[in-house]
Amino acid sequence: MLKLTARHREYWQKNLNLTLVLLIIWFVVTFVMGWFAKELAAITIFGWPLSFYMGAQGSLIIYILIIWYYAVHMGKLDQEYGVHEGED
Amino acid sequence: MSTQVSSNKAFFNQLRKYYTWYTGGFVVFLVALAILEQLGLPRVWIGYVFLFATIALYAGIGIMSRTADVAEYYVAGRRVPALFNGMATGADWMSAASFIGMAGGLYLQGFDGLAFIMGWTGGYCLVAFLLAPYLRKFGQFTIPDFLGARYGGHIARFIGILAAILCSFTYVVAQIYGVGIITARFTGVEFQVGVFLGLAGILVCSFLGGMRAVTWTQVAQYIILIIAYLIPVVWLSIKHTNFPVPQLIYGTVLEKVTAREKQLTSDPKELEVRKIFADRAADARRQVAELPKSWEDGKAAAAKKVDDLKAANAPVAEIGAAQKALEAFPKSADDAKKAWTAAAAAAAGRTGPPMPHATPFPSGNPDPAKNAAERENKRLNFIALVVCLMVGTAALPHILMRYYTTPSVQQARTSVTWSLFFIFLLYFTAPALAVLVKFDIYTMVVGSNFADLPAWVAAWNKIDPRLLTITDINKDGIVQLAEIVIGQDIVVLATPEIAGLPYVISGLVAAGGLAAALSTADGLLLTIANALSHDLYYKMINPNASTQKRVTISKILLLVVALGAATVASKAPADILFLVSAAFSLAAAGFFVPLVAGVFWKRATKWGAITSMLGGVGVTFYYMATTQPWLRSVFGVTGPIADYMWFGISPISAGIFGLPLAAVLMVVVSMLSPAPDQKTQDFVEHVRYPNLEGDSVETLAH
Repeated sequence: MLKLTARHREYWQKNLNLTLVLLIIWFVVTFVMGWFAKELAAITIFGWPLSFYMGAQGSLIIYILIIWYYAVHMGKLDQEYGVHEGED
Repeated sequence: MSTQVSSNKAFFNQLRKYYTWYTGGFVVFLVALAILEQLGLPRVWIGYVFLFATIALYAGIGIMSRTADVAEYYVAGRRVPALFNGMATGADWMSAASFIGMAGGLYLQGFDGLAFIMGWTGGYCLVAFLLAPYLRKFGQFTIPDFLGARYGGHIARFIGILAAILCSFTYVVAQIYGVGIITARFTGVEFQVGVFLGLAGILVCSFLGGMRAVTWTQVAQYIILIIAYLIPVVWLSIKHTNFPVPQLIYGTVLEKVTAREKQLTSDPKELEVRKIFADRAADARRQVAELPKSWEDGKAAAAKKVDDLKAANAPVAEIGAAQKALEAFPKSADDAKKAWTAAAAAAAGRTGPPMPHATPFPSGNPDPAKNAAERENKRLNFIALVVCLMVGTAALPHILMRYYTTPSVQQARTSVTWSLFFIFLLYFTAPALAVLVKFDIYTMVVGSNFADLPAWVAAWNKIDPRLLTITDINKDGIVQLAEIVIGQDIVVLATPEIAGLPYVISGLVAAGGLAAALSTADGLLLTIANALSHDLYYKMINPNASTQKRVTISKILLLVVALGAATVASKAPADILFLVSAAFSLAAAGFFVPLVAGVFWKRATKWGAITSMLGGVGVTFYYMATTQPWLRSVFGVTGPIADYMWFGISPISAGIFGLPLAAVLMVVVSMLSPAPDQKTQDFVEHVRYPNLEGDSVETLAH
């Protein structure tokens, strides 16, 4: 049987919190903005209606940023809680 | 460990050096071909050189990476650095449909086509947060492996094998079909020959070296496909905006397209052409309504015309034309009904104004109530499609498998970032390409004289009239937008010519499309062969098989599956594009819930997973079988489609019903069945932490 310490549980909880926050961002960018696309189309930035821009570029850039943030932040969390792998 | 780190570093540097030289070499090759073209190398030779040079290159990498080692064969030795795994995933992910079809789809559908752009990128968020790091920690060979280890017993694994094969096989057939089309179009060989030439290209990569060979060829293929995609778009952007970064500048072009759409909507000449189509549609409908009399009259009239012309000693050409018209006349009243109904629908489809490109969920219906309902339905379908594509992305085995190949959990996380970055390069360019081509057609082609049409119009019409046909409907000698019929695939294929680039670039685009199709087909074939050889044969039938035997069996199965897929592809099944989209819905409904619950919910049980997979796939499949025309005919479903539709969701998004059912079944059945044992709970803890002190769960098998 595995012995998990309180630190381990804290690590997992922090991971869950981070995952949840990033998934909320993902959800808002994709589905809330997608659902209100008609309304957002009235706003124009550099020639693009906002909803078109978000669908074609904006949401993609946000996806990359949150995935990148997750990787960096989890790497730090691994070190902090001593659950990192030997390499890297 | 420190030697491990330094050897990984050295390996990375070595790879970087190889691929930098490779990219440089490829550019030199392009320049050399361009010079040869100027010196008079015929076009068909350029097509051959591209085809054989790239396939020989992939074969070379495949042969150099041959292996009989199990870990090398299944997961490339688990030492693929994050950056290179990202490139390989990009090539693995982007299929012929992404490369050739995507921009064309955006051209035809405008805003609504963006569901594919968002769906096929946003899914990587789910991969990154919910799956990739945990699957890497688990560290086995296949996705059914995870189901087998987490839920115990053979049933979950077996259903996983079936679902993996179901999603991957339809997908691989479409890739091989794409290879056949590209090869045939650019070298002039027969389609069936093209399929088997492509098959050879696929097998030389994967047969000898498994995942290891596939990984390193996929990196090479990614480099070719991204160069091939970007060069023409950049050129077209310079032509229309004088600015070489189309992704930043096409907003201004989009504004011009929108203004032009408004102009064309009320242009009198356009209205005239649309009126002609409306009349034709009404005429065809009237003829259908008056069957069989209209058929008898029509046939008699056609016969009489031939006789009259003959009697009047008309020119031979005129008599010939009348004779042909008589021969082409429907043979029976039933045939006439089919032909005229189709003609009515085709003409009716061309009576509307141009669809506004930038408007979300447009509807051309003049009745305000119906218009609002149509727009609402499109919005619902847009969201449903995005859900299915995203969740499906995060559940397709050939993509998830790639994250087994990185050296560590942290590298798996970084690798998802790189994957999405490399995919992003193509996906955020596609909408720009669609807008630029639309601008070109709307302003340069529309309004020009039929006599001065650019050469590429006639050239592509000759290759396949469905790709591009322009007919002078109202006989005014000037092209109207309503007179143009344009197919999805031409947007990417003809861009080099629209941009005024030499033929070498057209050959490059074909090579890029080929690379996209080959790389995806490789990944898929490997997934199927591994599911059969590793999960079915080794884990379930013969656990004592030697490693040598396992790899051999896998290679034989790969050959069998590849031949099977090529045979199906060469028969060109009817609704191949639908089958590909169906794979996403099926994967979403089948795999996503048990995989995610397996990591995040310790209470998830074997029976929860089994019912969830069966229920999810079952409902999804049922909905498709009752609402998709081709599947309806296969399963003999009669009765109006509307009776089977739920909320007006189209069959491509059937996963939207399977997914929640899978989740509910997982929760309810898990709670009703006994909690998983201590070993399983330890297993869950094991995958959650990159490294645990005193961890006794043994899953690393090398």
